[in-house]
Amino acid sequence: MSILILADHDDGQLAPATLNTVTAATQIGGDIHILVAGDSGGEVAKSAAAIAGVSKVLTADDAALAHGIAENVAPLMQSMASSYTHLMAPATTTGKNIMPRVAALLDVMQVSDIIKVESADSFQRPIYAGNAIATVTSNEAIKVVTVRSTAFEAAAAEGGSAAIESASGSADVGLSNYVKSELSSSERPELTSAPIVISGGRGMQDGANFAMLEKVADKLGAAVGASRAAVDAGFVPNDYQVGQTGKVVAPDLYVAVGISGAIQHLAGMKDSKVIVAINKDEEAPIFQVADFGLVADLFDAVPELETTLG
Amino acid sequence: MKVLVPVKRVIDYNVKVRVKADNTGVELANVKMAMNPFDEIAVEEALRLKESGGADEVVAVSIGPTQNQETIRTALAMGADRGIHIEAPHEIEPLAVAKLLKEVVAREEPGLVFVGKQAIDDDCNQTGQMLAALLGWAQGTFVSGIEIKGDSAAVIREVDGGLEHLEIRMPAVVTVDLRLNEPRYASLPNIMKAKKKPLDSMSAADLGVDIAPRLTITRVEEPPAREAGIKVCDVAELVDKLKNEAKVI
Ligand SMILES: Cc1cc2nc3c(=O)[nH]c(=O)nc-3n(C[C@H](O)[C@H](O)[C@H](O)COP(=O)(O)OP(=O)(O)OC[C@H]3O[C@@H](n4cnc5c(N)ncnc54)[C@H](O)[C@@H]3O)c2cc1C
Ligand SMILES: Cc1cc2nc3c(=O)[nH]c(=O)nc-3n(C[C@H](O)[C@H](O)[C@H](O)COP(=O)(O)OP(=O)(O)OC[C@H]3O[C@@H](n4cnc5c(N)ncnc54)[C@H](O)[C@@H]3O)c2cc1C
Repeated sequence: MSILILADHDDGQLAPATLNTVTAATQIGGDIHILVAGDSGGEVAKSAAAIAGVSKVLTADDAALAHGIAENVAPLMQSMASSYTHLMAPATTTGKNIMPRVAALLDVMQVSDIIKVESADSFQRPIYAGNAIATVTSNEAIKVVTVRSTAFEAAAAEGGSAAIESASGSADVGLSNYVKSELSSSERPELTSAPIVISGGRGMQDGANFAMLEKVADKLGAAVGASRAAVDAGFVPNDYQVGQTGKVVAPDLYVAVGISGAIQHLAGMKDSKVIVAINKDEEAPIFQVADFGLVADLFDAVPELETTLG
Repeated sequence: MKVLVPVKRVIDYNVKVRVKADNTGVELANVKMAMNPFDEIAVEEALRLKESGGADEVVAVSIGPTQNQETIRTALAMGADRGIHIEAPHEIEPLAVAKLLKEVVAREEPGLVFVGKQAIDDDCNQTGQMLAALLGWAQGTFVSGIEIKGDSAAVIREVDGGLEHLEIRMPAVVTVDLRLNEPRYASLPNIMKAKKKPLDSMSAADLGVDIAPRLTITRVEEPPAREAGIKVCDVAELVDKLKNEAKVI
């Protein structure tokens, strides 16, 4: 077995989800290599080489590979594929963008968003917003797999000493140009890897009220998330959305404030270890998955929570 | 310019699916079906493009059993001009769907294909990217804004860190995200009119595509259920439980 993992990074830093993908690869077994495609001047490759369990890091440094442009990265990965039994990536927006393109170039079916490795060719993945779990076996010679990071522990970021080699980069195919990013900057932990997440829904009424949640988040070292309704209403940016079609989180503690608990929202948080719901409607479905439910007006309960936390 | 919109028939998003007792799949008999919500957004965007003069025809295509014609009729009732139905089993994989769509693209020569970013049943999130790869076209995925500028399109993508702006060459495949638009409802007169709009039907074999599955689903099961929790009386009790019982803060 030999596995090539596409590193997720922003040309400056390795995304933590890469570490969870390494763990999934370790469970499959065999030699694990990481491909760093981008324009990062070697910094990301150094971090990748330090991950425990990785034996080789391949770097392709080229301006055309910056920002994970799928049209340019996919042919590069295709050209390397014949040496591997598995091509893997985290199921982040980068992995989801690039990997199906690689799979189609290789004429293989991808297995998306796995949550468990059963064997080298058999995986579990959620379907129907996590209301069913399918065990899928791939008969393809090369298995293309994306990994749900919350379902696997992170591999140790230090301790490895993989060799770094350069891979011949592919040229710009001239289909897509990066223009700019509008990234939400925050001092708080990243949503998908934060140990505590506090999310607000439509019940928050407007964006300014999210300041109440931020104050609690700062006391707990938590990340702030939201329901789709809160994002659609413009209270918070799109990258806050937790759910089937947003981000999947599984923190030690998830606090849902003014969120009703639609299946699409539950799909993104129901694997959290402890769930707290604050909602004024005691019939709200969120209480069916909450370990601790508080029936209360959030405009009373949240400020009180902040003061009680001291 | 012609716009092609693949539309998928899925279990309605309000239905809570149940796993079959023999663990071979989920219960689809007598379950309410609907157009994949992302595909409604794709149809809407194509219609807006036509209404603003940016496109002259909107063609909806669906791949699956005969009942998928209902989904095409929904697209026609929203305002699409004509439909193409490709007869295939319900459980067709994204790679096979992409190969069939490639053949449709070869015949129809659209300037844009709008697909949903994911289907809410299998949540694969693959079809659009695969189609773009097979065609050698540019892809704009998870798109919440699009502006056509001659032979290129400016797209805004919803990514993990926020938003990303790309300029992609046309023709292109664009996979649409939730906040691109709010799809219209079909009015009763339009539903009636849709019944008379042209709808071609063909089989996968007619298009010469091998759709044999590459993956086998060996088992489908319920996820582990969460045990029901308790209600706390006030914030003080909540904080006490989190500190001393759950030990998470
Ligand atoms: C294709 C598709 C994809 C989707 N993807 C997602 C997704 O990824 N993530 C997601 O979250 N949703 C998603 N949804 C939307 C989902 O179906 C729900 O509409 C959404 O989650 C509802 O958000 P909400 O709970 O904030 O709002 P609501 O359902 O309106 O609930 C608001 C809650 O706030 C409570 N409340 C109001 N005021 C107060 C107060 N003062 N104090 C306390 N409680 C109060 C109310 O009792 C209510 O329970 C998707 C839907 C579709 C069709
Ligand atoms: C219970 C269960 C059992 C299954 N059993 C099998 C099995 O035995 N064998 C097997 O091979 N597969 C099986 N599958 C796999 C499954 O049917 C396919 O993988 C799936 O239909 C395609 O993935 P997707 O729709 O999530 O693609 P996505 O890539 O998420 O779809 C994105 C977009 O592509 C377009 N699109 C996708 N499909 C169509 C379509 N049919 N027509 C028009 N446009 C479309 C739409 O615009 C859609 O929004 C099973 C799935 C389930 C849930």
